[in-house]
Amino acid sequence: MAIRKPKLAVWKFSSCDGCQLSLLDCEDELLAVADAVEIANFPEASRAVVKGPYDLSLVEGSITTPHDAERIHGIRRASKFLVTIGACATAGGIQALRNFKEVKEFISIVYARPDYIETLKKSTPITDHVFVDFELRGCPINKYQLVEVLSAFLNGRKPNTPPHSVCLECKQRGTVCVMVAQGTPCLGPVTQVGCGALCPAYARGCYGCFGPKETPNTASLSTWWNELGVSERDLMRAFRGFNAYAEPFRRESEAHEK
Amino acid sequence: MKSRTIKVDYLARVEGEGALSVKIKGQQVTDVKLRIFEPPRFFEAFLRGRKFNEAPDITARICGICPIAYQMSACHAIEDACGVKITGPIRDLRRLIYCGEWIESHALHIYLLHAPDFLGYEDAIRMAKDHPVEVKRGLRLKKAGNEIVRLLGGREIHPINVRVGGFYKVPDKKEFSPLGEELKWARDAALETVHWVATFAFPEFDRDYEFVALRHPDEYPFNEGRIVSNKEMDIAVREYDQNFVEDHVSHSNALQSRIKERNSYFVGPQARYNLNFDKLSPMAQEAARSAGLGPVCRNPFQSIIVRSVEMLYACDEALRIIDQYEMPNTPAVSVEPRVSTGYGCTEAPRGICYHRYRLDDRGIILDAKIVPPTSQNLKTIEGDLWQFVQAHLVIQKDKLQWQCEQAVRNYDPCISCATHFLKLHIEAE
Repeated sequence: MAIRKPKLAVWKFSSCDGCQLSLLDCEDELLAVADAVEIANFPEASRAVVKGPYDLSLVEGSITTPHDAERIHGIRRASKFLVTIGACATAGGIQALRNFKEVKEFISIVYARPDYIETLKKSTPITDHVFVDFELRGCPINKYQLVEVLSAFLNGRKPNTPPHSVCLECKQRGTVCVMVAQGTPCLGPVTQVGCGALCPAYARGCYGCFGPKETPNTASLSTWWNELGVSERDLMRAFRGFNAYAEPFRRESEAHEK
Repeated sequence: MKSRTIKVDYLARVEGEGALSVKIKGQQVTDVKLRIFEPPRFFEAFLRGRKFNEAPDITARICGICPIAYQMSACHAIEDACGVKITGPIRDLRRLIYCGEWIESHALHIYLLHAPDFLGYEDAIRMAKDHPVEVKRGLRLKKAGNEIVRLLGGREIHPINVRVGGFYKVPDKKEFSPLGEELKWARDAALETVHWVATFAFPEFDRDYEFVALRHPDEYPFNEGRIVSNKEMDIAVREYDQNFVEDHVSHSNALQSRIKERNSYFVGPQARYNLNFDKLSPMAQEAARSAGLGPVCRNPFQSIIVRSVEMLYACDEALRIIDQYEMPNTPAVSVEPRVSTGYGCTEAPRGICYHRYRLDDRGIILDAKIVPPTSQNLKTIEGDLWQFVQAHLVIQKDKLQWQCEQAVRNYDPCISCATHFLKLHIEAE
């Protein structure tokens, strides 16, 4: 008798599609993954849909419409494990920049037919709506971490994704610190690793794609940035990026909003 | 009279969330709606107040499939505002990274999203059981394109190395050598792709399209050129807004573009090809001819052949650029903000991507406008469906529905792209 393959589903909310594309970007692993699981719902890749329940649901994107706020509950009910992938699903994404604006400020922007559009005031992460089993960070996620998550869930273990800062990985790579050596402002000390400490290796400061690391000291980093001559407005903008609504970054950006 | 409806509640193998409904009354198509329910993300609204040098990183997030297109259009528009023109090796590297994006995006669409329609599979993974050689070739081609983006951009999705003025760091020549070897394989594989897709069966289809693409005097267009059409449009990028308008229709969270004086238009590989066949490399032209294409191809179902020819061209062009590359003295030129408005338009894999930014003296963005390729094709896709369904009413419903989906996928629509620029309407929670 054939062993039933675990059913994998991929769901999309408000997002750029990049994180689910990471699965298709696993060019060397894709066919092996497809052998190990039944791809039961993945509209970006297939028109075939298999009914739930699902063993593992990957959820991309944030909640921004009343309809999506309902839809996520159905997905949770149909899923044994639910993993969010990417900054939109785990922190609200770049579209959470709307969360900082006064309603009337947005309304003052000219638009053709607002009555056609349905949207919520805030862009919120999945965990604000349903229980999430695991959150995979990144804008975009790292495809090797995605394969690690799939492999961990298939084997009933916890995914191994380190929570420490980008700094540690710069040291491991042997990248000279851009902030100390060149005076380039860098969010590396407060940002979780996952990208492979890319930006400093390309001679630029980290801009926070993977969101806050565990216990980040954002206030201290801001003081260092001030000493490098960074203005309060620029500090506010730096923390207000793809993970703007993640609590430590949100608080720090608000501290510099005058 | 008997009515029927063809409905696809969630279009598959496209990027983003859309649905399709076609209403038929008796022997007449009475309504076609490509409904876009992808939630709006309001990029144009939150770009206001951001720094000019943040635009490439922010707008990349409009699309995970073609972030380079947004980064390139943003950089060119901002450099235009600041009176800077990029030349020499930095310009070549931009062209090279764009080749990488075309290769990965075209390979994704040809092999994983579109070919299954022609061969009758729900998806490429099922197709791989019967056609393992082709699917593996497609994945390796996609990887080759991604390798270019990764080498120059740092990573495949939302690359980190592109900046206003150039790059943060540029490779030296020897870093390209493993890539060059892989691209030689990719060029051969792209040629095999052209021959493979040419064997597919294509429904007869033609309409009176207006094709719109960039045209450059010396090269097949990526980053620069004038906006031209087969109906005598020939304008500078900065004249875009005088010539195109966007309509907001009730069934769509994406605006639909049209040409002011006329109507719908067609952007993307087929438009580029039809307006720039003479600028393709000899190898790409020869491949097109051997696949039975003339210098103009009007049947959108054959877009898969045109996309394959462009993928071949992009491999050929990437090899040319790598071969003659000399490392520049500096990875970027300095760009100082000034009070101005800048315009940029580049050829995303799916067609022209237009950006406009108004800056103040400190480089703060006061106003932004972004028109992605897919919103420019929406009206044309709906038009195709009207005509296609009308001509194929006798086909069995399931098959007709699948062919309608295929007709939409002819355009490789990126619905996530198409919905970000809508302005915001707040509804209380």
